[in-house]
Amino acid sequence: MRGLPGAFLGSFKTSYGYLSQRLYGVLTEEKYDGRLYPSHIPTSTVQKAILAVGSGVAALKNPYRHDMVAVLGETTGHQTLIKLRDRMRNDPEGSTILLERPRIRLSTLDLSNMSALPDGTLGREYLRFLEENRVTPDTRAEVKFVDNEELAYVMQRYREVHDLLHTLLGMPTNMLGEVAVKWFEAAQTGLPMCILGAALGPLRLSVSRLQLLGQSLGLWALRNGGRARCVLSIYYERRWEQTLDELRHELNIEEPPVSLIASIKNSSSKS
Amino acid sequence: MAAPIRAFVLRVLSDSTRNIHHVLRCRSKYLCRRAAITARRGYSDSTEGRSTHFGFQTVPEEEKAEKVYKVFESVAKKYDVMNDAMSLGIHRLWKDTLLHIMNPQPGLRLLDTAGGTGDISFRFLEYTRSMYDRQQRLRAKSQQTPSWKDIAGHYVSDEEGPPQSRAVVCDINKEMLKVGKQRAEDAGITTGLSWVAGDAEELPFDDDQFDMYTIAFGIRNVTHIEQALQEAFRVLKPGGRFMCLEFSKVTNPLLARLYDAYSFQMIPVLGEVIAGDWKSYQYLVESIRKFPDQEIFKEMIEDAGFFRVQYFNLTGGIVAIHSGFKL
Repeated sequence: MRGLPGAFLGSFKTSYGYLSQRLYGVLTEEKYDGRLYPSHIPTSTVQKAILAVGSGVAALKNPYRHDMVAVLGETTGHQTLIKLRDRMRNDPEGSTILLERPRIRLSTLDLSNMSALPDGTLGREYLRFLEENRVTPDTRAEVKFVDNEELAYVMQRYREVHDLLHTLLGMPTNMLGEVAVKWFEAAQTGLPMCILGAALGPLRLSVSRLQLLGQSLGLWALRNGGRARCVLSIYYERRWEQTLDELRHELNIEEPPVSLIASIKNSSSKS
Repeated sequence: MAAPIRAFVLRVLSDSTRNIHHVLRCRSKYLCRRAAITARRGYSDSTEGRSTHFGFQTVPEEEKAEKVYKVFESVAKKYDVMNDAMSLGIHRLWKDTLLHIMNPQPGLRLLDTAGGTGDISFRFLEYTRSMYDRQQRLRAKSQQTPSWKDIAGHYVSDEEGPPQSRAVVCDINKEMLKVGKQRAEDAGITTGLSWVAGDAEELPFDDDQFDMYTIAFGIRNVTHIEQALQEAFRVLKPGGRFMCLEFSKVTNPLLARLYDAYSFQMIPVLGEVIAGDWKSYQYLVESIRKFPDQEIFKEMIEDAGFFRVQYFNLTGGIVAIHSGFKL
């Protein structure tokens, strides 16, 4: 369109586009000045690719670099996170979680109540797990490189549920226990980072532990990962009083075939 | 009628273009370039507005020093590894070039400000020691057939030992100094080196103390650059030399594009993977963009009272060595 009407339309279009962008910006982006959530770092595809490769190499060289494992998960897991989120949406409890966005942190846990719960309940066993392995839920890295606010929450939830999964499956935080949990998670979630960890983790195990993994533990983990309900869809914060056995039954998880923690507990509790 | 309006718009723009981010978004490129230059010139002597830049963010002045401290506290342990990774080892050549241009004679006192892990000081001591050895060798060569008087003279007088060159490493950040001290121990350097915690804007030294003052990759982190330059002028002896090695503006447009792409795409990623710290290295590349270019910095050095100010561009202008004399 030419002439005065064309110029008018053109300026109207740009000003409308500008206005709507400003409004949208007010609603979402400007809250964290261009980022989608407080810990968000926007990255290009090239940067994500380099991050994925670099963090993979760094995590392989030094498996204790949890931040590198986290970055690998974030940069490679976009499609899988979408599938996970859809699974959560289709589950009533899962959609409640997506709405309410609970976080598992020391500040949100009621430690005195939880330690007063009877043995065998989720809350008591979880606290025991935290104490025995000397970890806290606050040491989990924040999600940085996921470019969608909801998916970032799903990723964060996955990380926070990881410790609870240790409790549910009865696995300690030594290498064998971690690999078993990774196999379970790989079968459940399908995150590329879990699959990579599951494939490469056994390389660092001793022969005897490798045998244990291959014969009983690994198959159990894979089998249960496939048949269990989505572990991210459980509102753990409301189920501290539930016993582990009941929870396992509800989630369709069998008891671990080899009790890795039992030997430590037996030797200390049997008097 | 148009002129005062334009002047007014320019002034408004220059106030809002402290942050170069806004400059890039501006529609009118010509106004922006003019405003950016005035902003860059003006930021150093604005009396109102107690805010300054921290990378591309705008922060209150009091906060900048603290934020910079935190950045270097967290990167201290991996500082040297990251330098090698980011510059592909070229930073060693830059620092060697600084020493070659400086060409220090044995027996001089060096103040290495923002010296952190001690790279410049170690090189300084090594350079003066090897220079002293070379001078001794030349002296010996020229005295191939000494008279009996000379031989007797040698036995009596000599060898108070080599004139001791001394380097003082001054840094505001104690973590960086710790890493530097450890490096000195590992390298076996015991004499001629001291470590002082101090602020470049307020040096804990008397006037007229040092023969050389260097600040390598540190001055862009200082909140008030003119103050640091004035302090440098104060602590130098008359005849002393000021040298600054710093990232600067690349002149070649193609190289500038490549350099920008590398800086913004690769360096924070490297920071995340090697040091686990994206934000510090994002600050690093942004602070390079905010630093004045070669000519403007040269003028700032001249304003502080230095004479014969010149600069040398290295690697196409990625870094520049500025040098000036206190006369």
